[in-house]
Amino acid sequence: MSKITKKDVEYVAKLARLKLSEKEKEKFTKQLDQILKYVDKLNELDTKKVKPTSHVLPLKNVFREDKIKKSLEVEKTLENAPEKARGFFKVPKVIE
Amino acid sequence: MKLNELTAHEIGELIKKGEVSSEEVTKSVFKRIEKVEKTINSFVTLIKDEALKQARLVDEKIRKKEKISPLAGVPIAIKDNMCIDGVLTTCSSKILENFKSPYDATVIKRLKENDLVFIGKTNMDEFAMGSSTENSAFKITHNPWNLETIPGGSSGGSAAAIASDEAILALGSDTGGSIRQPASLCGVVGLKPTYGRVSRYGLVAFASSLDQIGPLTKDIRDCALLMNLISGYDERDSTSCDYPVPDYTKSLINDIKEVRIGVPKEYFVKGMDEEVEKSVKDAIRLLEKLGAKIEEISLPHTEYAVAVYYLLATAEASSNLARYEGVKYGRRSQVAGHRSLIEMYEETRGEGFGDEVKRRIMLGTYALSAGYYDAYYLKAQKVRTLVKEDIDKAFEKCDCLITPTSPTPSFKIGEKIDDPLKMYLSDIFTISTNLAGIPGISIPCGFTKADLPIGLQILTKPFAEETILRVAHTYEQHTDWHKRKPRI
Repeated sequence: MSKITKKDVEYVAKLARLKLSEKEKEKFTKQLDQILKYVDKLNELDTKKVKPTSHVLPLKNVFREDKIKKSLEVEKTLENAPEKARGFFKVPKVIE
Repeated sequence: MKLNELTAHEIGELIKKGEVSSEEVTKSVFKRIEKVEKTINSFVTLIKDEALKQARLVDEKIRKKEKISPLAGVPIAIKDNMCIDGVLTTCSSKILENFKSPYDATVIKRLKENDLVFIGKTNMDEFAMGSSTENSAFKITHNPWNLETIPGGSSGGSAAAIASDEAILALGSDTGGSIRQPASLCGVVGLKPTYGRVSRYGLVAFASSLDQIGPLTKDIRDCALLMNLISGYDERDSTSCDYPVPDYTKSLINDIKEVRIGVPKEYFVKGMDEEVEKSVKDAIRLLEKLGAKIEEISLPHTEYAVAVYYLLATAEASSNLARYEGVKYGRRSQVAGHRSLIEMYEETRGEGFGDEVKRRIMLGTYALSAGYYDAYYLKAQKVRTLVKEDIDKAFEKCDCLITPTSPTPSFKIGEKIDDPLKMYLSDIFTISTNLAGIPGISIPCGFTKADLPIGLQILTKPFAEETILRVAHTYEQHTDWHKRKPRI
């Protein structure tokens, strides 16, 4: 049985903001299905009593003093922007 | 011997004594690049003019008898996912092909303070996702030992540059083996430090809980010297550790008596490459002869590491790569008439990312999405705990572990590129290291009959890089694999 359908792939692509071609959708459906079947081997293990590890270091919150420091200048920040206007990043219309 | 063929410590000495200038060394490196780069393709960007300018500044300092660092004036290649102010940082991706870093990564800042000479940015799998460097959007890097094979990945350009003497030193990054596996396949030394040992500030993030920067070098002494410069706490990376940085050259001791070495049986499985198995077992026998205590141990959850990794790394990547949407930097889709912001995002990302990056964003997004989070992401985090506990337990009775770095030597270009799962399994021996956050090195330990390098992996406890360097150095003193050069 398939773990993932083309419809799932379309839904996930939407969440990930990725435009995929029809060919890509077909290919990813097949490949992701194969990968998900492989990772299913994790279910061989009983992990009811195991705590998850999100990070290896025993770090809690790392605080610093709330001091004002120099940041990247506006001009330098905008240097790489694909489109800009009057010191701002320019984007297509957000609100219809 | 030509200058570019020397090690960094040899060159550093010569420069310090005034016997050669940094400019001469830098020129010899670029002469080599001009000769072989067309066949190897290690670099995405070369910065010859800046490098020569930097070299002359170092030479000036020496003339003025200013105090300089042991690696002052030595040319270094940087993987193209680390930021150098004013230089392109593409991550070998179309989406960043015009991105010029507006600042220095912390490792770059530290190397600048120590007067190293940056020669260029090396090719990699796009966003460090891959094991062969074939996922670069720009070029295929060839293994200097056999041009029809891959150099490993994702730091394939850095490893190939060292193996072919196009660079004296290089930096790479390692998320699941991306320093060690290419080092193994190209016959050079590659170290992934403990998670938190080296600042990640200015390293383009792939999987933040696993990524770590480290050196690729021609021998262990060079590795120790470079570690001295890049290690240490950085207030700009809250996961970097405020833990004392030793002088790593002090651990280059030619003596491993009483060192307890564990050999995990799960890393010698049926069906593995026979030549790799033989070379690694020969190396273990040599270490035993030199006084190490060898013990077979078990890491029972090893077989689950690849599955854990490809869920966690992709989940983290799907979040980290959300920033490429064509607004603040990088490429924006030029498809006419974006009706909405969302459409612009989708077009930009669809055009800008390559196949493997899209596949991993998709897998990671799926693993994190409502309804699947517990079954995939949380499950993988729990098994990560089991993998880590195996390793912690092993270090209760061992000082280090020895394994092959890669189950096979280098493979043919194109051989695995259409089978993602097969490619993922190339990382089977390197992934647990990142999941557990421990340090690991790959050093040359032999060659196949077809003259392809084989790598030995040494792993140890967190922040015990000195143990790795001591064992690796002792091995190196009794072998000469690291002195072999490819014929190109």
